[in-house]
Amino acid sequence: MTYDVVVDGKTHQLELTHGEKTWLCKIDGKEIEVDAALTARDVLSLLVGGKAYEIKRERSLQGELHMVIGSARYAVDVQDPRSLRTRRAIAGAEAGPQRLKAPMPGKIVRILVQEKDEVKAGQSILVMEAMKMQNEMKSPKDGRVQKILTAEGSTVNAGDALAIIE
Amino acid sequence: MFKRVLIANRGEIAVRIIRACREMGIESIAVFSDVDRKALHVRKADYAYHIGPATASESYLNADKILDVARRSQAEAIHPGYGFLSENARFARACADAGFKFIGPTPESMEMMGSKTRARQHMKRAGVPFVPGSERALDLNAMERLAEQIGYPVMLKAAAGGGGKGMRMVKAPGELHSAYENARSEAQRSFGDNEVYLEKFIVNPRHVEMQIFADEHGNAAYLGERECSVQRRHQKVLEESPSPIVDEDMRRRMGEVAVRVAKAANYHNAGTVEFLVDEQRNFYFLEMNTRLQVEHPVTELVTGLDLVHLQMRVAAGEKLPFRQEDIKVRGHAIECRVYAEDPDNNYFPSPGQITRLISPSGPGIRRDSGMYEGWNVPIEYDPLLAKLVGYGENRDQAIDRLQRALHEYFVGGIKTNISLFRRILRDPDFRAGNLDTGFLDRLLAKPYHEIDRQHPLMAAIGAAIFATLEPKATFSSATGASASANGNSVDPPAASNWRLSARAEALRTR
Repeated sequence: MTYDVVVDGKTHQLELTHGEKTWLCKIDGKEIEVDAALTARDVLSLLVGGKAYEIKRERSLQGELHMVIGSARYAVDVQDPRSLRTRRAIAGAEAGPQRLKAPMPGKIVRILVQEKDEVKAGQSILVMEAMKMQNEMKSPKDGRVQKILTAEGSTVNAGDALAIIE
Repeated sequence: MFKRVLIANRGEIAVRIIRACREMGIESIAVFSDVDRKALHVRKADYAYHIGPATASESYLNADKILDVARRSQAEAIHPGYGFLSENARFARACADAGFKFIGPTPESMEMMGSKTRARQHMKRAGVPFVPGSERALDLNAMERLAEQIGYPVMLKAAAGGGGKGMRMVKAPGELHSAYENARSEAQRSFGDNEVYLEKFIVNPRHVEMQIFADEHGNAAYLGERECSVQRRHQKVLEESPSPIVDEDMRRRMGEVAVRVAKAANYHNAGTVEFLVDEQRNFYFLEMNTRLQVEHPVTELVTGLDLVHLQMRVAAGEKLPFRQEDIKVRGHAIECRVYAEDPDNNYFPSPGQITRLISPSGPGIRRDSGMYEGWNVPIEYDPLLAKLVGYGENRDQAIDRLQRALHEYFVGGIKTNISLFRRILRDPDFRAGNLDTGFLDRLLAKPYHEIDRQHPLMAAIGAAIFATLEPKATFSSATGASASANGNSVDPPAASNWRLSARAEALRTR
């Protein structure tokens, strides 16, 4: 199996093959022998040259894939270069309009932009209140506010689209 | 002793009280709202009754419904836990009127402590120290004289005030006049009342509280202090006992004041007297909490007492089973409040389904938890999930054990503040015991570098192996996100055992 794995923004080329009892892993041209055991759902035990790692897999609310090793959390993105689906997904991630979705039920307190405004990735679009706390919802990309789908004071459910950034 | 006790609460504290009931041979009655049918306290109790919708005011705060369940279930006593109805004197009175023992103080004590001005009058009479100040409105001349007498810096406060309005800090005599005029006009605008009073401004205060216990036969004792200075937005995050700055002599003086407070309020059962401590280790009475505290486990670990058992026994009319001289503080305990909140997103609450839970255990670790794997954390209530407490023969060992336990702790599917504790426990000021109520804000303002970030390649290899074993869970991001975002969804089926073992088998090809 061949993958491109992006860890914290850096891409690694990875080739995995089954060996006798272990996996042979070629990462960025370097060969490593890995003894892997899935010990529970989402919990992988790796032994590499006698060094033990426990890796926990987690999917965040925003859909990001995380690997947790000890107390460190790595954002990863696995791409199978041969798969049409992941190629499409990669293309879709950057291009085209994107919806800003409510991560949980709550109330819209303030809207900080207007339709047609130019926005930067990470810029606050609106302020939402849930569990008695206020939180700024940020733009997923550089672009323009195509549409605002909510209003100040309205109640929203988890997953509701709040705005479209194109 | 009671045969049956109703617990008018939820979450980890309800579980804590249910456990004490079982240990004492008391039957426990849980109550639950619509969203708590699957909550841990309902699973652990002997009986459980539905009391209404998710909104607290219609369920956990609804005294009529709770008393109705108490009647139907033939409870003898009601334990209110903390929060909700625990400091509601009207509820305590309604319990007594309906013939149920309220496990806590009398409604009269609660009312006295609930009113700041009344509490202050009574406590003054009992010789309890307050932050030096005028208590009532003063004119400028009187203020100048008083400020000179107690020393700068001083604080001007609106008599009708609250929320920081009409408050001015004055560092030197020259600033008093204009600060006085400004505070008066702001108080007038905000409250329609321009009277201001003056108090000493405590620089870098600590928040230290004293646990007390009193029976219904006139006996009272103090059970040592808790250092609660590590706070964020006035919410305690981490507590410990003993306090790094309190020695035997200070503990005795603080404890004796706390017992005087309890006696002046004719107090029964568990209570906590909060103090502000200045840099010279002078302490001043703040308020009394008339309930069991969230952070009671640290006191339990260093005194060897079970405070919930004691609450039951005292409420059942027993005398305190110890005298003051029997109380010894031994070792050191630190508690971390694990919340469902996102440290990377300004500590915004993070409800949702717990997809994976790996819990620490081992020497010197106590975990009081209200969560389990597969449970949905509801958005309606306080996001406290669990309390992780480390105990050791001294403070360093307690810290080391906690750090080890935090390393083992993993809560998947939702965000928690576990990483915040790793940061606090590593901080040189924390390790040295240099704490005040501004400590955490200063720590969070500093740039942060994870020291444990050495394995990005292992993360890549792990991700690729996961991808080979479970391509679906790796590539289809939409399904994973919606299942945990939707609080009402049916729990997704866990991977069945045979599939898991088949995959594990595939890993070790022979």
